[in-house]
Amino acid sequence: MLKKFSYRDFPDKFGKFGNYGGRFVAETLMPLILDLEKKYNRYKKDKKFIKEFNHLSKSFIGRPSPLYFAENLTNHLGGAKIYFKRDELNHTGAHKINNCLGQILLAKRMNKKRIIAETGAGQHGLATATVCALFGLKCVIYMGAKDIKRQKPNVLKMKLLGADIVPVNSGSSTLKDAMNEALRDWVSNVNNTFYIIGTAAGPHPYPMMVRDFQSVIGKEVREQIFEYEKRLPNSLIACIGGGSNSLGLFHDFLDEDNIALYGIEAGGKGIKTGKHASSLLAGKPGVLHGNKTYILQNKHGQIKEAHSISAGLDYPGIGPEHSWLKDIGRVKYFSVKDNQAIEALKLCSRLEGIIPALEPSHALYFVTKFAPKQKKNHIIVMNLCGRGDKDLDAIAPLLNI
Amino acid sequence: MAYSNYNCRIEKTFRDLKSANKPALITFITAGDPNFNYSKQVLLNLPKAGADLIEIGVPFSDPMADGPIIQKSYRRALKNGVNLDEVLSLVKIFRKKNNYTPIVLMGYYNPFFQKGIKSFLKEAEKVGVDGVLIVDLPPENDDEIRKHLSDYKLKVIRLASPTTDRQRLTKILKISSGFLYYVSITGITGSGLSKFNTLKNAYNKLKRYSKIPIVVGFGINTPEKAKIVSKYADGVVVGSAIINELDKTIDKKSNINNNVIRLVKKFSEAIKEARK
Repeated sequence: MLKKFSYRDFPDKFGKFGNYGGRFVAETLMPLILDLEKKYNRYKKDKKFIKEFNHLSKSFIGRPSPLYFAENLTNHLGGAKIYFKRDELNHTGAHKINNCLGQILLAKRMNKKRIIAETGAGQHGLATATVCALFGLKCVIYMGAKDIKRQKPNVLKMKLLGADIVPVNSGSSTLKDAMNEALRDWVSNVNNTFYIIGTAAGPHPYPMMVRDFQSVIGKEVREQIFEYEKRLPNSLIACIGGGSNSLGLFHDFLDEDNIALYGIEAGGKGIKTGKHASSLLAGKPGVLHGNKTYILQNKHGQIKEAHSISAGLDYPGIGPEHSWLKDIGRVKYFSVKDNQAIEALKLCSRLEGIIPALEPSHALYFVTKFAPKQKKNHIIVMNLCGRGDKDLDAIAPLLNI
Repeated sequence: MAYSNYNCRIEKTFRDLKSANKPALITFITAGDPNFNYSKQVLLNLPKAGADLIEIGVPFSDPMADGPIIQKSYRRALKNGVNLDEVLSLVKIFRKKNNYTPIVLMGYYNPFFQKGIKSFLKEAEKVGVDGVLIVDLPPENDDEIRKHLSDYKLKVIRLASPTTDRQRLTKILKISSGFLYYVSITGITGSGLSKFNTLKNAYNKLKRYSKIPIVVGFGINTPEKAKIVSKYADGVVVGSAIINELDKTIDKKSNINNNVIRLVKKFSEAIKEARK
């Protein structure tokens, strides 16, 4: 008998989601990545590992994060019922720490003494620095020089936690370049170093591993929404840069075809201007940072610089699972511009008393357009994956307050 | 066979050098750095300066395995709008004057993938490219290129590194042709090689399993180091040192050719000394 198709059976054993994903790295890194895959497959079933992960998720991160009925926003928009998954209430202020906790527990079991990571908005760097402090491991964070400037509070926090911050000046001095530099570090320090990648991208097994560690978000939503509504939601909405928070929310629901999934890319100044970070809507398949996926690039295969007011979405690629989900139509993708995200950020702050990060503000703007068109019994869950304090310096001049 | 002459350039070069008991000097330059014409001039002069095989870097915006020197070189070339088609036309020009020095294109996968693997292989063969080395295309992921290989004579050069274990090496050697490129250090291009004994031991181990020549690259940044390694290695690759020389004279473009050629000659003399 044929096994029933499940979206959740991917990636395949080659690390591929359809045509996407894989392992496109230099030979020096190949044995490490194969070893990592082996160890991950072993420990993800290990009772002690799971127990430690769950224990620290609860006591250190503060999981489960609440599911919150945004009643004011719902009334204001006059359509669907809107729920926020409050992952911004996690320790360190975003969903990133879920994955960092999982990966550092793995690093510990692999006897790695030194942790490296790339960061854009600084949330992943901060989460990495935090778990490194917790486990007493040396921490080196690669961060684009441009991002260091626009995410000052996070830089200060990382330093306070004992991390070394290495400014990256090559290329566009943002997330993509930080990832290049982290990969160069890894290839130079193969014996003692573990690379904690922050999003569901990179060579296999990272896209799978990051997604798995983040999928706690969707699993919690499944239980929590039942308490409120006695049924599952109609739509799930999340922003996507590399795609970790959205996959975290979506993954548990992929096989329920009646639940609509929406991923919101950063539209920057507008796709037509060329200054955006909408890899799925305006890019094409290619290979970067170890995986095949949609990428912003010119016709000769040179990677273009992304643009977004949100440092966390400012990346010209996207996790390979999203590329696949786009092609097969399981998730619908839209893009939201810089100024629209700021508009949504202001609205949410005033109406709900929650200052969201710029990243989920993109998803939130989509919600403000989508919800009014739905019936009153339509239930939306949006992942509020980060809080906005880190962005205040950068957006202050644009707020007109 | 129509391609026999073409097909043998890499093999013939190594065979000839072996019978003369000489190691191969493999020089790397970036196509289009600092611009198309200067790289053409340098390329044409490399064989008489002593280059036995030439690697041409295909510029890429995000060279993850390269250090600052080659990153900068790629940036300069890209600024001039150099793309894979121009790299191929550079080889075409070279082949009109030189039909014996093997040319290997070295780069990252995306520019090849965007051009289309089939049309790349076809055009590369036509202009006289002998091999291609794609840094971020390990054997596990090279099905797109491997499925076409039987139609073309181009060699896919494989890499081995200090992290490659024996089991993996056997797998890599099974699909290797031309020569094997041994990455001497765990690191990026332009790092300095220092553990000569470790390298020699690793090399000799590799040699036991390999039927094809093995060249050593990464970290060979002085003629002295090249000399030490060429005592036993089938060939040494010099990359960042050459690009660094080019970088130093970049403001006076007219000197580039002379300075780069002078440096390559030094490397060539040093490795010829090695087995005396």
